[in-house]
Amino acid sequence: MDENANLSQAERALERQREVPASGGAGAAGVSARETPPKTGRRVRTYTADISAVGEPALWAFGGALALGIILIAGFLAMIAWNGFTTFWPKPIAQVELRDGTTIAGEPTRGGTYRPGESVLAQLNDQQRAEIEAELGFAERTLYKTANFDIYGDDFRWVSDFEVAEITYPADMHLFQRQQWGDFVGRVAGLVIAGEEVPFDYDLMQREQSEARRRFNEIRNIERNEIGALNHYIERERLNIRRAELRHGAESERGAELIAQSRERIAEYQAQFADLQARVNEIRANDRNYRVTLEEVNGETRETELSQIVRFYPANDLTTLDKTGIYFSRWWEFVSTEPREANTQGGVLPAIFGTVAMTLLMVIFVAPFGVITALYLREYAKQGRITSIVRISVNNLAGVPSIVYGVFGLGFFAYAMGGTIDQLFYPEALPNPTFGKGGILWASLTLALLTVPVVIVASEEALAAVPRSMREGSLACGASKWQTIRYVVLPKAMPGIMTGMILAMARGAGEVAPLMLVGVVKLAPALPIDGFYPFIHLDRSFMHLGFHIFDVGFQSRNSEAGKPMVFVTTLLLLALIVTMNATAITVRNRLKRKYAGSQF
Amino acid sequence: MSVATADPNTRTFDPTVYHVKKSAEGVALDIKDFNLWYGHAQALHGINMEIQKGEVTALIGPSGCGKSTLLRCLNRMNDLIDELSIDGSIMVDDFDIYGPGVDVIALRKRMGMVFQKPNPFAMSIYDNVVYPLRVDGITRKSILDETCERALRSAALWDEVKDRLKESALGMSGGQQQRLCIARGIASDPEVLLMDEPCSALDPIATAKIEDLIADLKGHYTIVIVTHNMQQAARVSDNTGFMYLGRLIEYGHTDTIFTNPKKKQTLDYVTGRFG
Repeated sequence: MDENANLSQAERALERQREVPASGGAGAAGVSARETPPKTGRRVRTYTADISAVGEPALWAFGGALALGIILIAGFLAMIAWNGFTTFWPKPIAQVELRDGTTIAGEPTRGGTYRPGESVLAQLNDQQRAEIEAELGFAERTLYKTANFDIYGDDFRWVSDFEVAEITYPADMHLFQRQQWGDFVGRVAGLVIAGEEVPFDYDLMQREQSEARRRFNEIRNIERNEIGALNHYIERERLNIRRAELRHGAESERGAELIAQSRERIAEYQAQFADLQARVNEIRANDRNYRVTLEEVNGETRETELSQIVRFYPANDLTTLDKTGIYFSRWWEFVSTEPREANTQGGVLPAIFGTVAMTLLMVIFVAPFGVITALYLREYAKQGRITSIVRISVNNLAGVPSIVYGVFGLGFFAYAMGGTIDQLFYPEALPNPTFGKGGILWASLTLALLTVPVVIVASEEALAAVPRSMREGSLACGASKWQTIRYVVLPKAMPGIMTGMILAMARGAGEVAPLMLVGVVKLAPALPIDGFYPFIHLDRSFMHLGFHIFDVGFQSRNSEAGKPMVFVTTLLLLALIVTMNATAITVRNRLKRKYAGSQF
Repeated sequence: MSVATADPNTRTFDPTVYHVKKSAEGVALDIKDFNLWYGHAQALHGINMEIQKGEVTALIGPSGCGKSTLLRCLNRMNDLIDELSIDGSIMVDDFDIYGPGVDVIALRKRMGMVFQKPNPFAMSIYDNVVYPLRVDGITRKSILDETCERALRSAALWDEVKDRLKESALGMSGGQQQRLCIARGIASDPEVLLMDEPCSALDPIATAKIEDLIADLKGHYTIVIVTHNMQQAARVSDNTGFMYLGRLIEYGHTDTIFTNPKKKQTLDYVTGRFG
């Protein structure tokens, strides 16, 4: 009955279609005579688009939804890519003479239209007012990055077009990136090389600057690595003394002996420390003989050691090749150095390191935990009411706001577990917490908890998809249940389990809110992995790209200055997650190929 | 040919008619008063059946008559199903496979099984064949190699795959996969080979190969085969059991079942009047 109805409907549709060329008249050439309209005057039904007859009207909605989604995502990626990739491209420096006689210099960053207020209009002359009037009360303005924070107290300045008298691009305007105080826009007023004043010469200064940077890095190396190591050793001995006091008592023979030994070693380290300090001071004294005087556009000067200049270039006097060189050198600086200037300048190496280390650690925790849970739920547990409740609860866990996990991680992992660990294993360091505070271990565990539902659900589905016939085949061979799972079920389910792992990784790597409570910091002085025993310091705080974005964008002294860094960091975080996922997907596909081929 | 009589106390329906061709080697499996329930639904009613050693026994009957269920009881594959209860016994030698303290894994090692659909594991051909030995903890390569060759030769597959033993078993054709499963089933040298409609998913040529194989294996192994295909039962088996609605209607010599059945139901079924 149904079939007949469908058939006749289809026939009708066909009939209608046949009428189309006929109604067109000229289209009848290739059509048989049977289909020409009869000449009885009956109105030929034209082909009106009966949308349900044409079929698949919803296709438009589906396709449209997909297209909209793709456009949104592509637009989002394009915005981040455009802003991220252009940030490090050197921009020209404009010297702007204003009508009130002042001069400013800076990189034009962006423009906009605004409506000047009454008080502004009142100060203008008639001609300017007429100009604004002609634009219906609107005026154009440009934001200049004037830099020189130590002189102006601000990095940016809006300049309205009606204020401007003249804009020039002087070739001797330089941009100096400084170790401290941010960028400087201006000229070189004086150069001191080896204690003697010399006239400014770009190539000479470039040479001396890279030499000065080498000295700067040497000092930093000594302070960081060698003095850092000594500090580490001295701290260790201090803890040894404390431990000896706690364990043996300061008065006991053994305790006194240990304490004396440690004191001796501390004295030794302190002697070495003095040596190193002397070396540093020597280099510093030498460094002070290489100085540069910077002069901003209005003639105010700042003198600084050459080694404090990270990079400088004549912004208006660069070939494309020069610009490309600067562009890539800035990218390299970004991915390979530490941040400076409250994270708004410099690089993000510790954040990259922290993100990758934490994500990998999280996967190490979440993988066995999730898979074992799924195995129990799917393979061993009796399927009934309780298993259903557990399964529903696990699914619901995925919907708990991540900050809740952060609170739990801080309360349970850091304070309860970490506090207990400290009392049991690190009593000598108390009251300073070792594990009893946020750290990379607790952060990864918290994220593991956050992502474990994803892994459980995906693993369970993968296990359920292993055909029953395979399990029976194995059991019929005399394999035990565990052997069946180990040799037949798990290998077959592995690609699906990997998919869950990839989803978990993507979620974990992009999560920020809970991390702020359990170990992410604005600036971590030491990486979680270094050259000191025990090499992997799971108790340490760490930096994270996601938090870095938040910090630079919204917590720095000047969000305008941090804005480009937000985009660059976002770009980097996206690239990092894509790389990690791509690696995991490659592994999964390899597994899939290995177990490819159907049952039949 | 002899007609056995069942205990009249368990009978509430027409008793099974027996005219079994006895094997010289005796009885491999002795099913006694076997009942089985899925939850509250009884699937097998008072089955009494002596599976003759070294012979091929076929189970025929319409869909849902319980023949697969009965077969899967012989190596306790039905243990995987929740809410299953049984009553009665199945004796192998002198012990009841449903008796207390039976080592199910050891039991299954004595009963190779081939399923309806080929179910090779996602491993190499070699690993598939030696899987029963591997799970037994045998790791000596010489033993594994020898077993692999013997089992594949027995399954008439050796010449086709000897050059690609390390390749995935999933790349083989359906018929080859099924013969591989037979090789796997006999690798650990079981006493009984249980076949659950082994040819239902194969084309006629592959089916013919499997049937030849069954003829070759006869004598070495006691074979119990469930089949929908009556011609197949007639071709390969010595004894045939006809089951209907969970009951064993007639069990006896294959020729008699197909040419001169003792019960009308059997006659109707084998002549295609129902089923």
